[in-house]
Parts: sequence; structure tokens; C-alpha cells
Amino acid sequence: MERRDEAELARLMRAAISGDERAYGDFLQQAACLVRGLARRKIVRGGIDPEDIVQETLLAIHLKRHTWRQDAPIMPWLYAIAKYKLIDAFRHRGRRAEIEIVEIAETYAGPTSETVSDQEIRHALATLAPGQRSVVTAISVNGRSIGETAKWLGMSETAVRVALHRGLAAITERFGQKQNGYK
Amino acid sequence: MDTSELIKTLASHSQRPARPLSTVWLMAVGISISVAALVFFNVLGLRPDIAAAVETPRFLFKFLVSITLAASAYSCVRVLSQPGENWRNAILCLAAAPALISLAVVVELFTLPSDTWSATLIGTNSIVCLTYIPLIGIGPLAIFLWTLQYGAPTRPALAGAVAGLLAGGIAATFYAAQCTDDSPLFVATWYTIAITILAILGAVGASRFARW
Repeated sequence: MERRDEAELARLMRAAISGDERAYGDFLQQAACLVRGLARRKIVRGGIDPEDIVQETLLAIHLKRHTWRQDAPIMPWLYAIAKYKLIDAFRHRGRRAEIEIVEIAETYAGPTSETVSDQEIRHALATLAPGQRSVVTAISVNGRSIGETAKWLGMSETAVRVALHRGLAAITERFGQKQNGYK
Repeated sequence: MDTSELIKTLASHSQRPARPLSTVWLMAVGISISVAALVFFNVLGLRPDIAAAVETPRFLFKFLVSITLAASAYSCVRVLSQPGENWRNAILCLAAAPALISLAVVVELFTLPSDTWSATLIGTNSIVCLTYIPLIGIGPLAIFLWTLQYGAPTRPALAGAVAGLLAGGIAATFYAAQCTDDSPLFVATWYTIAITILAILGAVGASRFARW
């Protein structure tokens, strides 16, 4: 089963890299299933929605697909990305818990140093519609959960999800175009 | 948006795969060496007695160590920037340069009379070494951190430290052509400290900039 998955996934990804949109869709679909299984096994405590991990991982796979060597096995690559995103989510959850306990909301939100990535993030966020921007900022930058953000902005959870993924997709699109422009 | 919609969105952007990471690494190393050379020849330049120096084993040995360090760090950092690769094995080859220099130190201690050890170790260029290796290496390090960010290091801090070793190996190779302290005792002390500075900068830099 594993070996068949491996060969099939590698084939789909190779086709995707050479521009086959359907193969790419199939690849992402299968990857989503694998990651969903992993996330459900690993998330034993609450606070993280496994589906968030699935979506984060898919987005990372998309943005970092140039890091897969076409002659390398694809499953270890895929799982390494999923685990990285899982650990990231655990860390965020830990940080959220910490802040709640210590109650240092104000000092924590103080100005951080000017870094290239901060600037890039601000730049990317500036291109979004205001609604999407507050959602993406709350979740991806400040590490709030979907539920918290929904309560904070007075939106439904579904609406937050839609705004988040529209926002991220818009950033992805700009990011891709920018990279293309460098060629 | 549910996952299947996200997949649809992503799949519709399938047509522009970015430049492969392996190509980008080669470019990064090429540019870094040029940057290091530019800084080196503008601020330091070769030592005046270079023609005589190339005939001494101690002088040549400095290059053997620094190039070994750069080569092993290069192969290691490439592995660390790709998810799913076996970096635990790759990291073992980083022991090559320390092993070489340790061996040379032992040989040197047997060769030199013990009352000259401390003077040889302190040398005359320690401050120059601690200044210029980081200075030559900082440009390459910035390029390597950018490359790590372009890749996908699942251990950003570790990858950054190895990127610092790579920058340090390149910088030390240039610096060695200027420095007149050729003893392994000097190299093992001051080069190591200078390169460690770059490795620490790399680790700190990557844990901030190379997250993805």
C-alpha cells in the first residue's frame, strides 16, 4: 500500500511540475488524506483543528514544491512538511496558553524589530481587502485560532475560514507572480 | 473555504514551478564566493610573501582545512534545506575539518618546543583574524540565509548554524591567503572562534528569517 502510494504520488507530482493541473489536483487530494490521518493521530489534546493542519500543509507543499528533488522519494518529503506544520501549531497553542496565564497581552504585542520577513508580511497583507487582512493577521501573524478570531471579529467560523483562505490564496498568487518575475 | 476548495485554488496555480532548490544553491555559492573575493581583495589582498608561502606545508594545510569545512558544510546545508532528507547522517561529515585540525595540532605540539607554544598560539594576527573572517563571511551568510528561506528547513536554527559554517569556510579560505600565522595552533584557536561567530549568527538569523 505504502509503496504503491509512493510511486503514484511521485508520478502525480512529476506530472504536476510539468504543468498538469489535474494531476496536481489529484496529488493534493491524496496528500490531504495522508496528512489528515497523521494530524488526527497526533492531535490528542484539543485546541487544534486537524483540518487546519491539512490546509496549512497543502499550502506549504504548494509554496515549497521546488524543494522536492524529482528523483527523491516523495512520502518522506510530504510527511516532513506535515510534521513541521504540526509542531508549529503545537508551538502556537503553547504560546497562546502561556499568554493567557501570564496576561502580558500588551507587552507581547509591542513593536518587534524590523525584519525583512516582517516587512514582507506587512507588504503582502497590505494588498488584501480589509476584512481578509484582519483575519489573516489575527490567525497567521498573531496566532489566534479560528474560533477566537470569529468571536473577536463577530463573524461566523465559516466566514473566517473563507476569508482566511481567500486571503492566503491571494498572497500565494502574488508570491508566485513575483517569483516568476525574477526569472 | 473547505479543503477541497483550497485544493482547487492551489491546483489552478500549478503552472509555474519555481527554480529548483539545487540550482539555487549552486547559484548562491557562486555569488557568495564572488562577494567574498570582492571584499577580500578590496580590504586585505594576498600576503606579500605568497610565492614563498605556497611551498610551506603549514600554509597549504590551512586551505585543506577551510576547504574541507566549506565542502562538508555545503553538502550538509543542502540536505538540511530540503524536507524529508536524512540530515542526521549528513551532519556526520561536518566532523572532517575538526578531525583534520586536531590531528595537525597534535603533530604541531610534537614538532615545536613547548616554550614556543603559547607565542605561536597567540600569534600576531588574532584580532585581524577575528575581524576579517566574520567580515568576509557576513555577505555569503546573508545569501545562504536567503537561500534557506527559499528552501524549507525543518530545523531552521541548525540549518542556519551550518550555513554559518559554510560562510566561515569560504571566508577562512580567503583570509588564509593573507594571514602570516600558519601554525595549526593559531588556526585551531582563532579561526575556530571567528567561524563560530558566523555559525551563531547563522543560527539566530535562520530561526528568525527561515521560518516558513
